[in-house]
Amino acid sequence: MSIQIRNPRDFYAGLLFLFFGVVATWFARDYPMGSALRMGPGYFPMVLGVMLLALGAVTCATGLAMRGEAVERMRARPLLLILAAVGSFALAIEPAGIVVATVLSAALAAAASSESRVGEFAILVVVLLALAVGVFTYGLGLPFKLMPGG
Amino acid sequence: MELLSNLQLGFDVALSLQNVMYCFIGVVLGTLIGVLPGIGPVATIAMLLPVTFALPPVSALIMLAGIYYGAQYGGSTTAILVNLPGESSSVVTCLDGHAMARQGRAGAALAIAALGSFFAGSVATVVLALAAPPLAEFALKFGPAEYFSLMVLGLVAAVVLARGSLLKALCMILLGLVLGLVGADVNTGQFRYTFGLPNLADGLGFAVVAMGIYGFGHIIANLEHSEQRGSRIERITTLLPTWADIKASWAAVLRGTALGSALGILPGGGALLSSFASYSLEKKISRNPSEFGKGAIQGVAGPESANNAGAQTSFIPVLTLGLPTNPVMALMVGAMMIHGIAPGPQVMAERPELFWGMVASMWVGNLFLVLLNLPLIGIWVKLLSVPYRLLYPAILMFCCIGVYSLNNSAMDVGLALLFGLLGYLFIKLDCEPAPLLIALVLGPMMEENLRRAMTLSRGDPSVFVTRPLSAGLLVVAALLLVMVVLPVVRRKREEAFQE
Repeated sequence: MSIQIRNPRDFYAGLLFLFFGVVATWFARDYPMGSALRMGPGYFPMVLGVMLLALGAVTCATGLAMRGEAVERMRARPLLLILAAVGSFALAIEPAGIVVATVLSAALAAAASSESRVGEFAILVVVLLALAVGVFTYGLGLPFKLMPGG
Repeated sequence: MELLSNLQLGFDVALSLQNVMYCFIGVVLGTLIGVLPGIGPVATIAMLLPVTFALPPVSALIMLAGIYYGAQYGGSTTAILVNLPGESSSVVTCLDGHAMARQGRAGAALAIAALGSFFAGSVATVVLALAAPPLAEFALKFGPAEYFSLMVLGLVAAVVLARGSLLKALCMILLGLVLGLVGADVNTGQFRYTFGLPNLADGLGFAVVAMGIYGFGHIIANLEHSEQRGSRIERITTLLPTWADIKASWAAVLRGTALGSALGILPGGGALLSSFASYSLEKKISRNPSEFGKGAIQGVAGPESANNAGAQTSFIPVLTLGLPTNPVMALMVGAMMIHGIAPGPQVMAERPELFWGMVASMWVGNLFLVLLNLPLIGIWVKLLSVPYRLLYPAILMFCCIGVYSLNNSAMDVGLALLFGLLGYLFIKLDCEPAPLLIALVLGPMMEENLRRAMTLSRGDPSVFVTRPLSAGLLVVAALLLVMVVLPVVRRKREEAFQE
């Protein structure tokens, strides 16, 4: 009898929880456990980590045992470009300032959808810049650098 | 009478020019995000947290609360006019609300939804004012053992009432609790799961997690489907419901209000559950259930009243016990902590102006909402024609700015990115993120109370079952779990979420 993944959504979710369970217990080993009377910083994490491992394993098992829906097809373009848009904001905001960060992340974000249009995008960027600079930087006084060097 | 003087204090606070203004901003924003699909109250409130740093706590909380219940009004507009729920709690309104709109009765549906919501909101405000003080008084008797058990109950209820697999919801709770441990341990200062990142020493910000999962994660998932909105916006001819409409719906409004007020208080409850439950109820007791789905006005009146009542009474456990019952309330707890207020029964005694000001502001906010949603409906309808391809880059940028401004930390934006990826995986794998967020907020409090209770009992774990209050709470939690596992209830629960 070969092992078959009957419910992929449960099976992979179980794997995800198992992964976090491993991380949780692995690092919790370094924290002092203490006793039930005087719980150390490692007690609660270890208990939770072990429970997560156990329930994660059960979730995996049900994914093998019971039939369920397939995972919807994942598409790389929105996933990668949206993550890139957020990442570029994180990388650009401090060295290059809010203007560059906004334009960069808006461009990457817009590229994530096949429905974006160049003309619309230009207007969108102008509006976003006006909000970022006018409302957030000057209006609300958030401490953003405007331009690289500035 | 004490209640009257308290309410007077509340209205004094709520009607100050500044607070009226923030209440107005809150409900306008709430209506806005309610109308726009693709962004909900969780991401919005998380985004706006940095903005509230500069405000006095009362004004901040009044505004954030307004966003939540405002979204319940706005959500129904899109549900009725374009058959797209702006908020998850108006999913059921699509069924009959949109059917009414197609029959040319859009105005009547909108009017009944708004007036029903206003009535429900007013009643729920009174319920909040009446129920909160005794509950807070009761909660003052709680020791660490009771608090721990209460949180267990809260988490179990969040699991039971979440959609989808029970097992996965339990795992999400555990994961949320683990994420809540990140940072320096309060008792020993030991760093846990910080991986050498200085940002994580103070713990994982709930706003960072919420924006990652509900902001970025949802954008990615939404973009996988091509735009569905080109659908026709139904025309509104008149906003006045006929006499027959009113006669047909007043009882449903009353039932929805009662149901919503009760369910909102329950952990795991709130607007979403209330609207689903009310729709099932209306369908069940109707003399001609076959009309449902084809434009039965009760199917609009009941759920719309219920979701608004539920949204408001879900503040009761937060303000009296410090127990958040849904992700929005988890963020409210976070907002209170940012402002140096420990949520719990002492809030009402120590900060009466905060508590009663919020209660009174809800009524003021509901009044604004009727005005915003009936005479000004045309403006919101125009917004419906803004396509998602223009919205999501804006949402993404506001989320980035919001995360960054929490601590002026680019690293936080990077963390939110990771949670965006995780949130996307959760959607793909059918894992409801609400229990995770609630657990994240409750985690540190739970550990703290567990440790204190165990120290007080000299390491004897039986303290949780020998103290009657604590035992009672645990029994309720156990009963809830057993109930869901029973096949009969299980089927019912699935049916309820299917509708």
